[in-house]
Amino acid sequence: MTRVETVATTAEAARILSDGAAYLGGGTMLMRAVNAGTAPPRLVRTADPVLRAVSARGDTVTVGAGVTMARILAEPQLDFLHPVARAVGSPQIRNMATVGGNLFAPHPYGDFAVALLALGARARMAGAGGTRPLDDLLRDRDRPGGLVEAVEIPRPPARAFRFHKVSRVKPRGVSVISIAVLAPSPGGKLAGVRVAYGAMGPTPLRAAAVERVLEGGRLDQAARERAVAVAAEGLDPPTDALASGWYRGEVAGVHLGRLLARMEEGR
Amino acid sequence: MTKIPVTLTHNGAERAAFADPGQNLLDFIRRGLGDLSPKYGCGQGSCGACTVTIDGETRLACLTLAETVEGCDVRTAAGLGQGATLDPLQQAFMDHFAAQCGYCTPGMLVSARALLDRNPNPTREEVVEAISGNLCRCTGYDPIIDAILSLAGRKASA
Ligand SMILES: Cc1cc2nc3c(=O)[nH]c(=O)nc-3n(C[C@H](O)[C@H](O)[C@H](O)COP(=O)(O)OP(=O)(O)OC[C@H]3O[C@@H](n4cnc5c(N)ncnc54)[C@H](O)[C@@H]3O)c2cc1C
Ligand code: FES
Ligand code: FES
Repeated sequence: MTRVETVATTAEAARILSDGAAYLGGGTMLMRAVNAGTAPPRLVRTADPVLRAVSARGDTVTVGAGVTMARILAEPQLDFLHPVARAVGSPQIRNMATVGGNLFAPHPYGDFAVALLALGARARMAGAGGTRPLDDLLRDRDRPGGLVEAVEIPRPPARAFRFHKVSRVKPRGVSVISIAVLAPSPGGKLAGVRVAYGAMGPTPLRAAAVERVLEGGRLDQAARERAVAVAAEGLDPPTDALASGWYRGEVAGVHLGRLLARMEEGR
Repeated sequence: MTKIPVTLTHNGAERAAFADPGQNLLDFIRRGLGDLSPKYGCGQGSCGACTVTIDGETRLACLTLAETVEGCDVRTAAGLGQGATLDPLQQAFMDHFAAQCGYCTPGMLVSARALLDRNPNPTREEVVEAISGNLCRCTGYDPIIDAILSLAGRKASA
């Protein structure tokens, strides 16, 4: 039988999590498990305002883990994340789904986490947990790892960030693949390129081969062709009801190529 | 089993009832409050038949833990009309044959009412977006979209 404890602070919640409880965010994933009788017996939640705070300092925006997709869409300073939040679920889901929960949503979910991974965001952990790069957090997210309190997101330079989600059902459907590209070119050459995929592995992950061929060059047709050729290199995309792993591997380059072309044209 | 007392505003009325641990809001509204208008379709967030508003925002009652609505303002399709007087949206659904089996209708009405309250003059695209979380297996959606659009530009109801 599921018991929910409500505590005052994220530090207390983190302590209870380390005893084997699960954190209840928006509940869009966890309540499915509660309804199916497969949820952990102990859940914890907190109304600590830090989870709902959005703030900007210099070039970093900090978004509380309890901020919903709908709230992201209502924040003008988070405009670079609007196309991402809009791609998550339905209006009702967006009113519930949190940023923190998205980091732990299983395949094919986690579109928001894909964007955060490409942006080079860090997770700030509650209590004395410090901050962790999202790459690390996602890699071992299946192990109990404490409570994410907020994500710290470097604001991308203008026109240097793009997100695209491919789904079969519109306007709402889960990902065949989602792609996020950060491609800053400070002195005319690409530097600090980060490319992330969703639905191409067990968690959102980076396309290391694509990053390698783009880094240091210009965003032009030749670079695009090189990127497309290695789009799925080193990846083993999953098969599910929407698409086979083979299909995902075949179309990854097509969608990546289109996204890069739009970036190049500044569309 | 320990029961959890929950007090809330349900369609404008103060109510109190006991929730079970782990009980979802859909079950609580139907069995605890006796309001059968929100429907159980999937219990997984996919169909929207259980759509209600909590503090003015559309939510899925099947994915909401009942005890978390303590002190909240919860509204369902049953709160739309007043006795025999229908909400203009309900009348529009009748006029446009927007319900066949009717199972999706309460969820559709709640999503559509929330849209019109926020945006009294939506485009067809905005209507489609607003009901994109509500599945209908009967109508093919066009009659529903037409019903909602027929109210576009009219003053929102009280
Ligand atoms: C019908 C439907 C459609 C969906 N469509 C999409 C979609 O298009 N794209 C997409 O990305 N997702 C989608 N999802 C998945 C889900 O809604 C989102 O990923 C959402 O962001 C999860 O957040 P939540 O707050 O609801 O998570 P919860 O269900 O509350 O939690 C999910 C998991 O994360 C853990 N967790 C939550 N918050 C924290 C935290 N702060 N620190 C540590 N652990 C935490 C929980 O313990 C739990 O294990 C969909 C879900 C449904 C039901
Ligand atoms: S019953 Fe809640 S979405 Fe289907
Ligand atoms: S009228 Fe039957 S599901 Fe919509």
